[in-house]
Amino acid sequence: MHTPENKPILQVKNLTCERDERLLFENLCFQIHAGEVLQIEGQNGSGKTTLLRILCGLLSNFSGEIFWQGNNISQVQAEYYQALLYVGHLTGVKATLTPLENLAWMQQLSPQLQQLDLETALAKVGLYGFETVPCYSLSAGQQRRVNLARLYLSNAPLWILDEPFTALDITGVTEKEQLIQQHVATGGCVILTTHQELKISQRRLNLDSLRVT
Amino acid sequence: MQFFFAAIKRNLLLSFRHKSDIFNPLAFFLMVAVMFPLGISPEAKFLAAIAAGVIWVAALLASLLSMDGLFRSDFADGSLEQMLISPQPLIVMVLAKIISHWLVTGFCLALLSPLLALMLFLPSEALFALVASLLLGTPTLSLIGAIGAGLTVGLRNGGVLISLLILPLYIPLLIFGTAMVQAASMGMPIVGYSAILGAILVVSLLFAPFATVAALKISVKG
Repeated sequence: MHTPENKPILQVKNLTCERDERLLFENLCFQIHAGEVLQIEGQNGSGKTTLLRILCGLLSNFSGEIFWQGNNISQVQAEYYQALLYVGHLTGVKATLTPLENLAWMQQLSPQLQQLDLETALAKVGLYGFETVPCYSLSAGQQRRVNLARLYLSNAPLWILDEPFTALDITGVTEKEQLIQQHVATGGCVILTTHQELKISQRRLNLDSLRVT
Repeated sequence: MQFFFAAIKRNLLLSFRHKSDIFNPLAFFLMVAVMFPLGISPEAKFLAAIAAGVIWVAALLASLLSMDGLFRSDFADGSLEQMLISPQPLIVMVLAKIISHWLVTGFCLALLSPLLALMLFLPSEALFALVASLLLGTPTLSLIGAIGAGLTVGLRNGGVLISLLILPLYIPLLIFGTAMVQAASMGMPIVGYSAILGAILVVSLLFAPFATVAALKISVKG
């Protein structure tokens, strides 16, 4: 097993975010080391997605600082995005393209998706035989699987996953959990939100309890 | 560079799979030319006088019509946010998007324009000037329109706003474009007009992609 350095890989300092005149979180501080899974918990509307989007640099109305390996992410943006894989609510899958074409484009966007060839990755997410079928004829779960095939391709150390198990069947969820476990075992780290009970060991960050205290 | 071509290829592929992206502007362009003689007067002399203006206005509105959708589907399905957090430069993606948009709208409109010129009795001396003015002017329409599309992509009903934002910026193109065609039909030199259209194109090529990148960041990051 990869021995994580003692320095945190991602560090969040005094994060405060207010949306629509509602305080989502205030002075939030946490850090994550290599080899860790951090699960963000909270009710619907508690700001989980907002927090993840802030971590990805996709929201700018917040105060506080985020450090990637000791550097502010706004200063090492190119490096940070090289190391980041973000799976959001929106899949980024084009309905008129085939799974193979979609994945080929995602690979163009993030050159770090090179671990496997595309067909193997699609076979891994159970889309063998669907490679050249337009995505509009796939089910919602299958479309999500096209997007999740990126997880198999990625060698990015930091995964930020927003509800990755939505619309997946039971075996799909188990496979993704194994994949996450494998990822952290090789020194990666994962920040995710989910309403399911995870079978993997994780640290939890509850946004509801934060607001109460 | 390889990424730039991959981006253009993807955009064109998306347009071909979604045929209305290509045919809506062209159909609109053609319909205007068909309706005008019916609505005003089928007299050749009268039509010849207004042909340049009608074709240019139709091309401008056809381009504007397709502008609103430039980033909308990418925004709606999450492709745009993946582009923002990709290590690849956003400016390359935006430029590829604009060029693909021009290829499926402006370029096709310019190719189709001789047919409209024929229908509206434009003097044949002006034919070259018409195609040339459209080839020089329509890329600018796509470039300027992209700024508006980027600014309004996050809004529910951006369609009206985008017209208000960018139509005023289209006016100089309309003036010089039609003037170029009219000059040619009167046998006057067109070099000056084409130089102005070319200059506008170069300036917008230098600034519009950067403005569009900034606009997209504002729209997505809120």
